[in-house]
Amino acid sequence: MRLVAERLSARRGEDLIFRDISFEIGAGEVLVVKGPNGSGKSTLLRVVAGLLARETGKIRLTGEGAQAFETVATACHYLGHHNAMKRELTVAENLRFWKDFAGDSTSGSGIGIDAAAEAVGLGGIVHLPFGYLSAGQQRRMAMAKLLVAWRPVWILDEPTAALDAAAETMFAGLVKAHLGRGGLAIAATHQPLGLGAVAELHMAGFAGENVEAWA
Amino acid sequence: MSEQSLAIRKFSDLANPTRFLALSAAVWPWMAAVTALFFAVGLYLCFSTVGDYQQGETVRIMYIHVPAAWLSMMCYSVMALSALGTLVWRHPLADVSAKTAAPIGACFTFIALITGSLWGKPMWGTWWVWDARLTSVFVLFLMYLGLIALNRAVDDPTRAAKVGAILILVGFVNIPIIKFSVEWWNTLHQPASVIRLDGPTIDPEFLRPLVVMAIAFTLLFFTLHILAMRNEILRRRVATLRRLAARSAGHGSGGPGLAGPGLAAPEEAPR
Amino acid sequence: MTALLLRDLKLSVRAGGGAMIGVLFFMTVVAVIPFGVGPDLNLLARIGPAILWIGALLASLLGLDRLFQAEREDGSLDLILMQETPLVLTVLVKCLAHWIATGLPLVIASPLLALFMNMDAPAMAATMLTLLVGTPAITFIGAAGAAVAVALPRGGLLVSILVLPLAIPVLIFGVSAVYAAVQEPAPFLPPFLFLTALTLVFAVIGPVAAAAALRASTD
Repeated sequence: MRLVAERLSARRGEDLIFRDISFEIGAGEVLVVKGPNGSGKSTLLRVVAGLLARETGKIRLTGEGAQAFETVATACHYLGHHNAMKRELTVAENLRFWKDFAGDSTSGSGIGIDAAAEAVGLGGIVHLPFGYLSAGQQRRMAMAKLLVAWRPVWILDEPTAALDAAAETMFAGLVKAHLGRGGLAIAATHQPLGLGAVAELHMAGFAGENVEAWA
Repeated sequence: MSEQSLAIRKFSDLANPTRFLALSAAVWPWMAAVTALFFAVGLYLCFSTVGDYQQGETVRIMYIHVPAAWLSMMCYSVMALSALGTLVWRHPLADVSAKTAAPIGACFTFIALITGSLWGKPMWGTWWVWDARLTSVFVLFLMYLGLIALNRAVDDPTRAAKVGAILILVGFVNIPIIKFSVEWWNTLHQPASVIRLDGPTIDPEFLRPLVVMAIAFTLLFFTLHILAMRNEILRRRVATLRRLAARSAGHGSGGPGLAGPGLAAPEEAPR
Repeated sequence: MTALLLRDLKLSVRAGGGAMIGVLFFMTVVAVIPFGVGPDLNLLARIGPAILWIGALLASLLGLDRLFQAEREDGSLDLILMQETPLVLTVLVKCLAHWIATGLPLVIASPLLALFMNMDAPAMAATMLTLLVGTPAITFIGAAGAAVAVALPRGGLLVSILVLPLAIPVLIFGVSAVYAAVQEPAPFLPPFLFLTALTLVFAVIGPVAAAAALRASTD
């Protein structure tokens, strides 16, 4: 499966944030979006996730298995700045909810809750209320959410912002495993993700005309 | 097909804010003049007709009250149409139209309430009765105020327009329900002793000034609405220019593409 | 969908949930009325159904603003919007969960408060029945208001202002049905059926409008 974006532009409020962004990601590939603050990284990811209306351009899935998805958004996991977990519920209840509510896409299946917690290095504390966890642990559990329901495309907005080096390595492992299963990922980040050589999309912000710079 | 697409193109031409500004600048003085003319004739007729033998001079309140009440409803319909324009056709001017119509509608509704109350004092002996009509208009007034409050609370005009449009349409669907339920409630609680002004027996003597005044009020509404829309467009343009100034300050000289007229008016961008 | 229903119900009874607050508010409002109008039992019996209905209306609106705001604040709303499940259905289920957590307790508490109001058994039963049928309508139309105000920091008050005028028909038919059941000449069924119809109509309008507003207010 391939995720193809053609000449996207988007605005927030009345401001044009970026324009004419094009990229293509194939199965097993990751695209890292880089750029200074305010250059529109988060906006681009939200546009891909279908959370913001795009001004112009197209996003589509092509290739094998793409027909199973009604919209691009339904093929995506989105890990935004917020963890999308309820503090009052236990970790297990949170993960169980997202596993049941999101459900698996046709092309794969998610792993169990305990296994997911194990994979982010926090096995054995799923019975605790989410609010009791430290910020780093909460972020890791939010990542576990990506594992419990299968989605071919991962959209990651500053996934490792609040994490230490060990957690970053752990997360790089998760992404690699996802790519290994034929998944795709698009990540906005300041830090290197530790994924080795990857495709990069540099967003210069709108004021520099050179919006479409490929690495 | 080609005819239709031509019509659509003409329609969207009008949607271009710059064209709208130019067109409205040419039109509004004439509209204002015609409005003034109708008001002059209407007011003359209002005071030249004889008073009602039952209601005396107070009948003249009706010449203000009835047109205002009529406008309070028409204005909401205009807003509902604009809301459809916002949601279905993504019409940039529809946002502006719906937003600016709300305060005008609220004013006319308020006038209808005040004059109704003034007329009620000599007629019913009290400033306010929970008559079905007055109550419905009062609820409508509350809805106008809610919409204005919502518009003021959302800072991003595009988003305000969208959620406002949804609320306008929900209200529009609800208005008949409210009207019906209020009438039901009214017959339940109050014997039908209220003198009704309208009905088939209205004398042409009263009808003539009433019609002229209704036309005058309608024209007044459209004149005010066009002027308010012009203001709103200019206000948004100023806001956009300010934002662009703030942006280019952050990026040094600013991009060459920023100064173009196409971006100075965000409403012109293709949607 | 069951997962969502269960999660929302769990959330409402956990710490910080609003399930019991509504009932408490309802009881407090009704308890305050006699201090305002005096302890005349005949008068209280007469205005009792109306007081209970107004109390239930206000209590239903309480906490409605958090329906989507809480989801938005922790990022859950984004994920809910991305799912294949139609958003209208999701909103409907959330409304049902909210009603079970806040509306149903009001219905259950109403006979107790009816005793305080010196209402007789038929009035009590009629009030309970009309509340059972009518309060979902308030939740449904309130969901539209909650979705419209989802992005606003002080949305709570605004939701009440926006929703109350729209909820007037529910109040009218709810209260008239109760009075019709108690006072002889008026038939009970017409206002009660209108109330039922209102609930069904709002069950469509509310979620559809709320879904549209939620889609419109992402940023």
